[in-house]
Amino acid sequence: MTYSIDFVGKRKLFFGISILLIIAGVVSLFVQQLNLGIDFVSGTRLDISMDRAVNIDESKNILTKLGYQNPNARVGGKKSDILIFRTSKTITPAKVAEITSAFNKAFKTKVSVQSQVVDPIIGRELARNAIIATLLACVAIVIYVSIRFEHRFAIAAVITLFYDALFTIGIFSIFQIEVDVVFIAAILTIIGYSINDTIVIFDRIRENYNRQQPKKWDDLASMVNESIQQTLVRSINTVVTVLLAALALVLLGGESIRNFSLALILGLVSGAYSSIFIASQIWVVWTWKSIQKKVSSSA
Amino acid sequence: MRVKRGKIVIFVLLTVIILGTVLSTTETIWGRITKGLDLQGGFEVLYQAAPHQKVNTDILSQTASAIRNRIDILGVTEPDITIEPPNRIRVQIAGVKDQKRARDIIGKPAQLTFRDPTGKKVLLKGTDLKPGSAKVGYDQNNQPLVEIQLTDAKKFEAITRKYIGQPMPIYLDENELSAPTIVQAIPGGRATISGQETVEKAQDLASLLNAGALPIKLTEVQSYAVDASLGEEALKDSLKAGAYAILAIFIFVIGYYRLPGLVAVITLIAYGYLVLLVFDALNMTLTLPGLAAFILGIGIAVDANIIMNERIREELRHGKSVRASVKTGSKRSFLTIIDSHVTTIVASLLLFYFGTAAVKGFSVSLMAGIIVSLLTAVALSRIMVNLLVQSNLMNKPSWFNVKEDEISDL
Repeated sequence: MTYSIDFVGKRKLFFGISILLIIAGVVSLFVQQLNLGIDFVSGTRLDISMDRAVNIDESKNILTKLGYQNPNARVGGKKSDILIFRTSKTITPAKVAEITSAFNKAFKTKVSVQSQVVDPIIGRELARNAIIATLLACVAIVIYVSIRFEHRFAIAAVITLFYDALFTIGIFSIFQIEVDVVFIAAILTIIGYSINDTIVIFDRIRENYNRQQPKKWDDLASMVNESIQQTLVRSINTVVTVLLAALALVLLGGESIRNFSLALILGLVSGAYSSIFIASQIWVVWTWKSIQKKVSSSA
Repeated sequence: MRVKRGKIVIFVLLTVIILGTVLSTTETIWGRITKGLDLQGGFEVLYQAAPHQKVNTDILSQTASAIRNRIDILGVTEPDITIEPPNRIRVQIAGVKDQKRARDIIGKPAQLTFRDPTGKKVLLKGTDLKPGSAKVGYDQNNQPLVEIQLTDAKKFEAITRKYIGQPMPIYLDENELSAPTIVQAIPGGRATISGQETVEKAQDLASLLNAGALPIKLTEVQSYAVDASLGEEALKDSLKAGAYAILAIFIFVIGYYRLPGLVAVITLIAYGYLVLLVFDALNMTLTLPGLAAFILGIGIAVDANIIMNERIREELRHGKSVRASVKTGSKRSFLTIIDSHVTTIVASLLLFYFGTAAVKGFSVSLMAGIIVSLLTAVALSRIMVNLLVQSNLMNKPSWFNVKEDEISDL
């Protein structure tokens, strides 16, 4: 190809950007934490769907009359036709029926209700379990990639995978987007994509490295640039395909999977970015250090 | 070069068979797959054994089968009851209209007791009931009541003799159902429970007594209910989104990769179909996390096609013939694809082994997706591209979207 991009030369810039993004996310996680959904906070969530836009003031009035003081209610749904009501109290099925009929009467329309009562222990257990299982999966990835490739590839791939997960979690914290149990599935998907995307570029770097055996920094850097270049069309086309699927889910999928699809989009873009600008760059820096060490010890 | 018709015929036949099978059977398979509550409506309750009682896996599975008997009362098909050791049972039921009634029936211990007049001392227990004997009857005023039979008629006669002239209340758990006054000793081991408001309530109680008491006391720790109409809407929305996404992917892949793109699309259709088939064969429930894994699987399957086609195009740009490029390109991309697939399988195996609930569901779907991707995007794709190349029909680099001026003379 006639044009070429110096990815390795700009690595410090991209390391900087990546680290800034992560720091912003981590600071936000410490300061305002995550906006935890009902799965992680005890209480009840009711999604009350109507056949028209919700009148929020009137709805709050109804809830107040039923004994829920200062109700935490907001409007959701594509057509603003869902009232989302959260309370730390446990609402029994009988109470749900009471609320449903109150809304039926007040708005003279049939409303349908989705209710969720949660003991936060379960959600937290699932999150903890997901984290432990993911960490163990990372150990397995490190072992497998170390055997098939070498340890530098393995560690770089796992660092990248953590970057992608942390980036997505950070954005959700910064913008205080609600996080529920399905978010865990989104993070798992992102991790799966990240590792898949990184391995393909690494495979090309390994192939070119074995063929060219670069000894000088310039040769090593241009070899990595070349490898990224050779797989660039694939990287872009693959992420575009997956993004098409995720975008369709955001635009057309129901309310319940909107945040999930949003997490997917963030993570997929991050996964494609990080394979090139983080994983490959960690590898090139690390490998160069090893080459220098070998040269100085043999000299 | 002469065009070999035979290879083209095989290619067309393969395509027709794949599309024909998919078109004619997908609807049936889709109907057979259990959709999760988030996609279908229904409710889920997670029960936990109340503290201070002996619980082990045996007791939990006995409890689970007692719950299954009770759900039969509701006339619901295929409830999903899973034991989550050490002390939890998850019950998922789709398509229940009256959720309050369902939960009343499922979660109660339903221990029937006859007690002394103070209501404190238990004289007879539900285990003294003759199995399956409870049924609805009517008193002289035509009010519904529940008739029961006791296994030990002598014992019942002796007890009733002792309390002649006093009330002998009947309790279901800690609720007094009725407190009949014993007029005379009752022979024959027959008793009735009056105070039933409606025939339906009497029928529920009779069925509950026949289904048997739960071996342990349960408390609801979590519940999740989706109105059937909302669930349907979510499923419809997701399906619509999926259809548009697939259409967009098809246009993109064919637009970019031309003929091999078309092959990729055919293998993707086969991919989607086979994954559904695996879901059906393994009796898996399709939930949102499963859907996520399915999307990731599509990504991985498309990726495998893209990696191979990019490699072939690279070889073409080096000036090799189509036949040679396809050969080297498929060979070189094979290990890349295997490595990326196996790494993902390794990760999902660990998620499966150590994960619970949603994490496990996700990993199973992902593994199914990757293995099917190996069959379709790797094996089937190669077979079909090779057929086209060997037919000598697809012998110009332009079929692969490689322009003449991109090809170096090296």
